[in-house]
Amino acid sequence: MRPHAPRILGLLAIALVLGVVISLGRGAVALSPVDVLRSLGAKVGLAEASPQDIAIIWSVRMPRVVLALLVGSALGASGAALQGVVRNSLADPTLLGVSGGAALGAVAAIVLGAPVLAHPTAGIWIVPAAAFTGALATTRLALSLARVEGATSGVTMLLAGIGIAALCSAGIGVLLYLADDAAIRSVTFWSLGSLGGATWAVVGVAALPIVLGLGVLPRYARSLDQLALGEMEARHVGVDVERVISRVVLVSALAVGAAVATCGVIGFVGLVVPYLGRSLLGPSHRALLPACALGGALLLLLGDVLARTVVAPTELPIGVLTALAGAPILLAMVRKGRAQAVLA
Amino acid sequence: MIVARGVTVRVGPTTLVGGIDLDLYAGEVTAIVGPNGAGKSTLLGALAGDRKLSAGTVTVRGLPVHLMSFAERARARAVLPQRSELSLAFTAREVVQLAGEHVTRELADAYLDTVEMQAFADREYPSLSGGERQRIQLARVLAQLAGSPGAALLLDEPTAALDPKHQRIVLAIARRAAAEDRAVAVVLHDLTLAARWADRVVLMSQGTVLADGEPTLALAPDLLARAYHTSFEVLRGVGGLVIAHDRAHERPS
Repeated sequence: MRPHAPRILGLLAIALVLGVVISLGRGAVALSPVDVLRSLGAKVGLAEASPQDIAIIWSVRMPRVVLALLVGSALGASGAALQGVVRNSLADPTLLGVSGGAALGAVAAIVLGAPVLAHPTAGIWIVPAAAFTGALATTRLALSLARVEGATSGVTMLLAGIGIAALCSAGIGVLLYLADDAAIRSVTFWSLGSLGGATWAVVGVAALPIVLGLGVLPRYARSLDQLALGEMEARHVGVDVERVISRVVLVSALAVGAAVATCGVIGFVGLVVPYLGRSLLGPSHRALLPACALGGALLLLLGDVLARTVVAPTELPIGVLTALAGAPILLAMVRKGRAQAVLA
Repeated sequence: MIVARGVTVRVGPTTLVGGIDLDLYAGEVTAIVGPNGAGKSTLLGALAGDRKLSAGTVTVRGLPVHLMSFAERARARAVLPQRSELSLAFTAREVVQLAGEHVTRELADAYLDTVEMQAFADREYPSLSGGERQRIQLARVLAQLAGSPGAALLLDEPTAALDPKHQRIVLAIARRAAAEDRAVAVVLHDLTLAARWADRVVLMSQGTVLADGEPTLALAPDLLARAYHTSFEVLRGVGGLVIAHDRAHERPS
């Protein structure tokens, strides 16, 4: 970890807390930061606030904020981890087809699994489980296509991911066409994402796999660093490459699956955040993984504030905003990559 | 000590190396030479435990290498690859520290000093030249050895991108590793370097060992001609053999 890394992580954490307070205050009823803090304190008996404010904060806005934090950190950290796996900074859950697989799994569960979904307790877990399965299957497929004689080619994996993502989105299209309108949310939700479905129940579903995933990823930070040397070289210094790759892919698929099942496909977070993280902190995953979790959370939190305020009372799909911010950065990376071999 | 017996590596119908017996002794620098495609790197990969053997065995200090875990192998030998594709912006020091948990900042700097790269410690690896990168990788490999007495050192063309002065530094490092009672194998293209720095030369041709012995024996003109299908002039210099192409047959008569 570089010497300035703890300071940057600290600043990110502070920014995140401020972002939460700002986000909680924005909406149809505007609340000042003081009101927000009062309502937060009132819940634990530290302050007084109007019951209406408390209800807005805790029942309406807080689930959405927490979901943004969870999903943003999942996308940011798994983007960084997957880039470590394929040793390519252009990898991203969306570009690699991980998100597409998750969305296809989720849509398939919703369209085809209606009877099970009606079950009050099992139903809520079916969609994320299907999303996780889809994410894992597509990632494994992309990996197996990209592995030749025990080595992974980052470029091949990206190309495979693009093909797989296209196939998944076609599959989603077919399923949505087959489904009756009532059974399913919109194409927009699955292709551009939204935090609009946030409730405490949804937060609960997303929290378990994402917290688990984010908790496990740092254990592989050092191995991911060593993997940057090349797969053969990583083995030379003692890394069990196959095992590390399959664990990191599993954990990332878990986190991305949960994110997609609850918020649809939100692109570019997993691409842009690690890119910015690396330019601030260097490539070492020990600092990068927590920074990308914090940075992804911050990006999605602020993105969501914009998404629900710029065209109020309606909402922009959050994926539109992340693409608006992310696509130019991707293009800049490609341009820079000509000189610096991003596609190595 | 690394012992290879009947080592054979096939890829599809092609035999890259076939039936090789080779002992690498502690305290000795063994140069592996031969023409392109002779199987030098494949043999080194087999000795390192990187290549799946189609037949034969490789044991490192008595243990079959394919039964050792990756961590055990990392303590039994260090390997310098021909080239490294590292594209992330690690600094030179950080690259050396990737050798293992035991490599502190100070240790990394010490090894960068050994390869005369200390001034580059904070430079980003991708911004460096081929020769500079190769020396940083060598520092990483030496750092890996630091915690493991008796571990072997396997170098695949370590001098390829280097000027004569740095070739000398690298081969002196190989000799020092042998003096620490390590088994050292170096794949080399430069036959004069092999003759002058190695205790022993393994001359390969078409996936087999054509000669294995002291430089003066293994680098005899007739053996070289058979291996390389071209003729050489082998001269006795003050510091060892000097080996060069024989252009005689190209001159107009």
